[in-house]
Amino acid sequence: MNDIIVKTVARILIPFIQLYGIFIMLHGHVSPGGGFAGGAMIGTSFVLYTLVFGIDKSKKKFSERVSEYAESGGILLYIALGLIGIIMAGSFLTNIDAGFPKGTPGSMFSGGMIPLLMIGIGIKVASTFITLFHTLIEEEEA
Amino acid sequence: MVWLNALIVVFLIVCAIAVERTKDLVSAVVILSAYTLMMSVLWLMLHTPDVALTEAAIGAGVTCILFLAVISRTERYE
Repeated sequence: MNDIIVKTVARILIPFIQLYGIFIMLHGHVSPGGGFAGGAMIGTSFVLYTLVFGIDKSKKKFSERVSEYAESGGILLYIALGLIGIIMAGSFLTNIDAGFPKGTPGSMFSGGMIPLLMIGIGIKVASTFITLFHTLIEEEEA
Repeated sequence: MVWLNALIVVFLIVCAIAVERTKDLVSAVVILSAYTLMMSVLWLMLHTPDVALTEAAIGAGVTCILFLAVISRTERYE
């Protein structure tokens, strides 16, 4: 696609989509949304980048190597937080009893480790969507 | 607000029948996207904004794009 209007609008719009996705991801415990919805929004912004600027440029931004590290890192962050719960308090994903700070209710820094869990889920979901789309588009050319 | 819910449900039924009747797969995907967007409005009316947000992002965004990518690899008309 070689249209200057589409390219300009996408270049302006993509950072705001990603910012909104991160906002939804981090506020999963105090407002609607969460890791899955936020991660899907970030993945969709990369899909928009691929549609506008082509698969080659998108591969440079988000290569398969980065995708491998992001998927494994997201789920490993989740498992590590669960294991902290086992070590400190005895059961998987123990939150406040394992020593995570409570914070003030209603603000972003509350709910112990839930925002960290949401970051892990969001990274995994986003990279999964990007990998799915890249795989489908790539096989078309081969 | 009951009549608005009923209107949305009627729209959903019409969309579902239209998806089944059409022969053009691209327009079927577009109708499915409209169905999903109305579905997320219906979730919002039923006081589940969490599901509505996920439905709008996944159903209208990702599913539509993945279906279009698959159609571009196969035939457009059934």
